[in-house]
Amino acid sequence: MTAAVLAAPSAADKPGVRRRRMSLGTPISYMAALVVVGITLVPILYVVVSGFRTSAQINTAPVAWPHPWVVSNYTAILTSGTFWTFVMNSSIIAVVATGLAVVCGAMAAFALARYSFKGREALFSLFMVGLLFPASVASLPLYLWLHNLGLLENLMGVAIPEAAFSLPITIFILRPFLRAIPAELEDAAVVDGTSRLGFFRRVLLPLSRPAITTVAILSFITSWNAYLLPLLVFNNQNHYTLPLGVATFQSTYSQDTAKILAFAALSMLPALLFFMLAERRIVGSLTGAIKG
Amino acid sequence: MKSDVVALPEVRQGHSLPPTRTSPGPVPPSGLGRRPRHLRKYVELTLLLGPALVLFVGFVLVPILVAGRYSLYNWNGMGPLTGFVGLHNYRVALDDPVFRGAIVHNLIIAGLSLLVQLPLSLALAFLLNRRLRGQSFLRLVTFAPYVLSEATTAVVWLLMLQPGGFVDQVLKFLGLGGLVQLWLANTSIVLYTMFAVITWKYIGFGIILFLAGLQGIPAELREAAALDGATGRQSLRHVTLPLLGPTVRIWVFLSVIGSFQLFDLVWIMTEGGPANASDTMVTYLIYNGPTSSELGYGSAVAVLLFIICFVFALVYQRFALRRDTAGAVTRMVGT
Repeated sequence: MTAAVLAAPSAADKPGVRRRRMSLGTPISYMAALVVVGITLVPILYVVVSGFRTSAQINTAPVAWPHPWVVSNYTAILTSGTFWTFVMNSSIIAVVATGLAVVCGAMAAFALARYSFKGREALFSLFMVGLLFPASVASLPLYLWLHNLGLLENLMGVAIPEAAFSLPITIFILRPFLRAIPAELEDAAVVDGTSRLGFFRRVLLPLSRPAITTVAILSFITSWNAYLLPLLVFNNQNHYTLPLGVATFQSTYSQDTAKILAFAALSMLPALLFFMLAERRIVGSLTGAIKG
Repeated sequence: MKSDVVALPEVRQGHSLPPTRTSPGPVPPSGLGRRPRHLRKYVELTLLLGPALVLFVGFVLVPILVAGRYSLYNWNGMGPLTGFVGLHNYRVALDDPVFRGAIVHNLIIAGLSLLVQLPLSLALAFLLNRRLRGQSFLRLVTFAPYVLSEATTAVVWLLMLQPGGFVDQVLKFLGLGGLVQLWLANTSIVLYTMFAVITWKYIGFGIILFLAGLQGIPAELREAAALDGATGRQSLRHVTLPLLGPTVRIWVFLSVIGSFQLFDLVWIMTEGGPANASDTMVTYLIYNGPTSSELGYGSAVAVLLFIICFVFALVYQRFALRRDTAGAVTRMVGT
């Protein structure tokens, strides 16, 4: 305590003081960190490693090192084609949903941020109502509606609603961002003879790249992981997305544990790779998005 | 628009333009002044807002309204919409002990999240909010389960929780073999097993959120408190926690809404069983809607689910979120 008081104003940045103030908590912190890492990583590692065993090995000893290492589970899945079909479908849906949500959302956010017109706030609130209802709550109504529209068994029948459900968060994040860009910039652009739409395209959009990346990542992850809507819309296995494929694979091969684990490991891979490449952005965008 | 023009004489002069009113973009050739400009504005607004509105109204609002209509009929999804039954479907749903049980399960999960996950993730965030070696690795690992799909998570845990499976072996290895249960087959345990898996998947999100909140609190505030003689505990209670308030309130909101919508994990791991012991509102909805062709009834359940989420959002907004940024989300709806 006294050390902290003495150190506080001027010497706070001296490493020695800082370390002494923290020394009490640090061993506990490292313990906590270790436990968190263990609980998180061990199941993931278990899945990946067990994929290299045979079901017979797993049945005799559920937890053991592969002996011998078997790659046939992985190779069988990677050469079978269904896995790649699932990956393809997931990718198409996620890309279309993200593209639609970002393009439509950015345009709407621009109008809601920088035009003044009657009913603007009411319109904004209308979009925000959507924040309260992610797709799972509306899944059954959506299914019936897609049936009426003839969009069942169609990749777009999943991509378009997912885009629609990503719109609220997109507008919610982008509007304050677009609003914060100083009016002087717009005036300067107008003086230079640029139309408002031109200003939006050539000045505002490039300036808001960080926010756009954020909303794109959010809607991509949501779409990539979606399970319920694809479950309702697709019956034909050729249309299945990766989450749907994993679940179906599990129930089809329920006796072949090793193969399921290998399939689960492979299906984790795209998400984890994407996450490792964009970790800073993803974490930043989620926390940023939530803090508004 | 008018104020833009008024506010900027210097800019205009700086560009040596005549200080006349220039409409944005090319000047309309007719030079009629207000009318074409207004027209232009509304054309632009239509272009900008149109696609989003079509998408949103067409695929978020209309389906819900359509469901509201179906919910008043006894309808199997085929043939014309006849057999108007009024609010009968709603009465049946609210009288069904299985649906009531499902609501209770959702409430238990939400309550447990607040009682267990909130203190746990706060405590871990405090512990990890130090200069630790490998902090970025820690962040990466902590957050990883959050990006995995619920479906994959469910399959993985389903296998690990089989009798004699990974979880049981680990418990035996740790000398806790007496704790081994039929994790997914025991009706009085299955819901808590679900909760454990949910915690595994989502706790990283809370930790990262609170870490970001903690790092957003200026160190000067705690230093000032220390200068004024506050102990570490006092400054935690009177400085840090209040400032973390908005983050906590948002987390609570997301957590409760998330608990109400629980589906993927449960559906894949137990389909709501055994004996409805892990049913949730959405599994009940899916079980009674598309899979049984009672679409009128399913629609009524969907509308009820909708109302429950909506009421929670309004109430929470009114009493907890009002002053926070996120209050903007529901402000108009709430007042």
